[in-house]
Amino acid sequence: MIQVKNLRKEFGSKVAVDDVSFKVEKGEVLGFLGPNGAGKSTTMRMVTGYFRPTSGSVSLGGIDMLEEPEKAKQMLGYLPENAPLYSDMTVASFLGFCAELRGMHGAARSKAIDRVLDLCFLDNVRNQSVDTLSKGYRHRTCFAQSIIHDPEVLILDEPTDGLDPNQKHEVRGMIKRMGQNKAIIFSTHILEEVDAACSRAMIIDRGKVVADGTPEQLRKIVPGCNSLDEVFRSITRSEIAKKGE
Amino acid sequence: MNKRDIENTLTVFKREFLAYFNSPVLYVIVVIFLLASQGFTFFFSRILDSDDVSLATRFFVWHPWIYTVLAPAVGMRLWSEEHRLGTIELLMTMPVSPWQAILGKFFAAAFVWAIGLGLTFTIAMTVGYLGDPDSGPIISGYVASYLYAMACLAVTSAISAFTRSQVVCFIISVAFCLVIALIGDPGITQAIVNAVPNGFEWLVRFVSYFSFMDHFFEMTKGIFVLRDVLYFVSVIAAALLVTDLGLRSKRA
Repeated sequence: MIQVKNLRKEFGSKVAVDDVSFKVEKGEVLGFLGPNGAGKSTTMRMVTGYFRPTSGSVSLGGIDMLEEPEKAKQMLGYLPENAPLYSDMTVASFLGFCAELRGMHGAARSKAIDRVLDLCFLDNVRNQSVDTLSKGYRHRTCFAQSIIHDPEVLILDEPTDGLDPNQKHEVRGMIKRMGQNKAIIFSTHILEEVDAACSRAMIIDRGKVVADGTPEQLRKIVPGCNSLDEVFRSITRSEIAKKGE
Repeated sequence: MNKRDIENTLTVFKREFLAYFNSPVLYVIVVIFLLASQGFTFFFSRILDSDDVSLATRFFVWHPWIYTVLAPAVGMRLWSEEHRLGTIELLMTMPVSPWQAILGKFFAAAFVWAIGLGLTFTIAMTVGYLGDPDSGPIISGYVASYLYAMACLAVTSAISAFTRSQVVCFIISVAFCLVIALIGDPGITQAIVNAVPNGFEWLVRFVSYFSFMDHFFEMTKGIFVLRDVLYFVSVIAAALLVTDLGLRSKRA
């Protein structure tokens, strides 16, 4: 479903993403792990067609993102980091705007809005201005936008950031459920989420993929480590150590 | 142009126009525009004290200066607000082409001006009541005035694509519109011609040729020439192209 080949991104002389390749099939939930500044968000922005890669290719469902961006983007739902929203709109009108840009009008539009308001527990704020929402609600509104057209590909940049424990639990469950018939990539700093929601995880460090496998496989990569936490630290630290030599 | 182009442009247009409509900005700017355009006409140009009720020399003549300040005030939020909120990332990952978004937003701001300028219809009624004006110059004056506003707006749109700060966008846009208005002034052109070394006069004349003013005044006189209309349309098109470049450079 998602195919990424030799993706590379340079900002000036700095290489943010270096030769990243991977595939995500339908029914897979891929967790993106890595320290801050490792290139997770940059990779996701290239997969969603927001950033143009310096080299390499992205295709969603066989449609090349660089050649037919509008067609590829139709299949995609995206929750950017920090969940941006138009602050002058109400929750329902914002979702309506997104639905219309996805080609839904009239009855299909209102049905789609009702569906995601329900799914994301936003019913009680539907006519509230986005400006007045708390962080959890803002986040869920933006999340609702990403699934309004029931996309086949879902890219979520830190979807549980800023949520309370109950909401985190709910979002993880939602990702896991939706993962059964979608291809999902989500990034996180919380390693328990990998076990809770992912069928596969990738660790990225300084623009490179340093580990890729199921959570069980990842645990076994480094001998003597039992938890993902230890594996994560050991892999990303040893990379730093190597650089120092 | 297919159906999807029109639908998406309309969707963006609607959202953007409602954003203007729901914020005080629209009302403040329209009211200031009406006060300024009528005030200058009646108190500075003293239209009632003269025998001459030509709108060109007493009403439209003020418009470029008003637009220099007010058009950037309308346009400054177009893209810089998207950058600041981060919603640009949402918009550009939707199945919307940059051109659909650029045009949708531009048309929304253009519509705000259509309202503002439309509400000055009373001045046309006043001169119609007081005298017997030719409707030709009035119509071509309105077209010229609207095109001038659109050109300033398109320039502002281009500048807002490069910055996330509305204030920066406003200041640079006003400066740009001011320079482009001033270089067409014969007195100022002459002063610069006198100041530059011999041999460079042609350069000054050449630059002044790009001012909006000549084209504007030709049109307000009632000389409706396709050349002048095309001039404004191409300025607008060029500025919107730069908007596209700005958005690309931000995503590069």
